[in-house]
Amino acid sequence: MAGFLDRLLGRETKSAQQAKERLKLVLVHDRTDIAPGVLEVLKDDLIAAISRHIEIDPSAVRIEMTQEGREQRLIADIPLRPVRRRRVT
Amino acid sequence: MTGKVVTVTSGKGGVGKTTATANVGAALAQFGDKVVCIDADIGLRNLDVVLGLENRIVYDLVDVVEGRCRLRQAMIRDKRLPELYLIPAAQTRDKSAVSPSDMVRLCDELRPEFDWIMIDSPAGIERGFRNAIAPADVVLVVTNPEVSAVRDADRIIGLIESEEKGPARLVVNRIKPDMVRRGDMLAVEDVLELLAIELVGMIPDDEMVLTSSNRGTPVALDGKSKAGQAFRNIARRLRGEDVPFLSMDNEGGFLGKLVRRIRAGGD
Ligand SMILES: Nc1ncnc2c1ncn2[C@@H]1O[C@H](COP(=O)(O)OP(=O)(O)OP(=O)(O)O)[C@@H](O)[C@H]1O
Ligand SMILES: [Mg+2]
Repeated sequence: MAGFLDRLLGRETKSAQQAKERLKLVLVHDRTDIAPGVLEVLKDDLIAAISRHIEIDPSAVRIEMTQEGREQRLIADIPLRPVRRRRVT
Repeated sequence: MTGKVVTVTSGKGGVGKTTATANVGAALAQFGDKVVCIDADIGLRNLDVVLGLENRIVYDLVDVVEGRCRLRQAMIRDKRLPELYLIPAAQTRDKSAVSPSDMVRLCDELRPEFDWIMIDSPAGIERGFRNAIAPADVVLVVTNPEVSAVRDADRIIGLIESEEKGPARLVVNRIKPDMVRRGDMLAVEDVLELLAIELVGMIPDDEMVLTSSNRGTPVALDGKSKAGQAFRNIARRLRGEDVPFLSMDNEGGFLGKLVRRIRAGGD
């Protein structure tokens, strides 16, 4: 519902919304002094380390920084493959 | 009396620090408090002209620090508001003429005599900023609802926190309610969510700020100006009053209201 209304009201393309989204990313990197490219390298390392123990889908791995108040958090989301799929193949 | 030191700073230049210092200072004095404003923007002094006191300067901050005059001699008294004083910046020197410990010493000397010591900080994160925040009890961070100003405010807030000066409180200046309504200017709520510090003022963009600075009379002394009212509200909040925030949308039709309702619910 909210999404529909957002689109109807043209909210997604509003420049203020873009400013906010861009600022979110910029501030996270400014505050942590972690360059955007570092996260990509970290992600590859993480995938390699986890893959030595568990079978995962590298393309589904997500790493991002989030803001809670003035605190930053690194979040890694690594979906695990269901057991069933491994048995079938 | 133990005066509180309020430093007004920003990161990005031109966002309204001097305007805020002059107006919050004038409003506090109008409420009957004893106020001294210090221009810490050495080499680029402006607080004197915004307050309309430029013709009365004899000595300045650097003269005090270097012992060429007594503190009293550098304090210019505002004739309209007898409880408002200015210590002007030196115009022909640079920021290194004053050190953070000079500022601490100066403010310690002023504290017993004043309720409020307002310091107008220069833009940036260099020596002038460090001088201005060194004695601060409260730091007002001024920003505009704009990407670069918000980003720089965040840097400054980080520095204030790491120097353990604070609390840092936010002033969002030059808000254009029409643009916010159209979704073309960051709303105060957006800026607050990003910077995550306490809000102390939201000031509309107001032509009267310019006309009153042309005249050298702070807009806070003008009962008709919206920005003036917003500056007076900051002064009242500093004095500990619980003042509701002014609504930025004085008008706006049905659709405008609907959009705002949905926004408020959706975020
Ligand atoms: N709320 C407002 N509405 C309209 N104009 C404003 C408002 N606030 C500030 N201004 C104008 O913006 C300009 C810059 O303001 P000001 O000198 O206070 O900024 P500053 O942060 O002290 O700048 P600097 O970094 O150079 O010291 C001035 O021309 C001032 O009149
Ligand atoms: Mg200034």
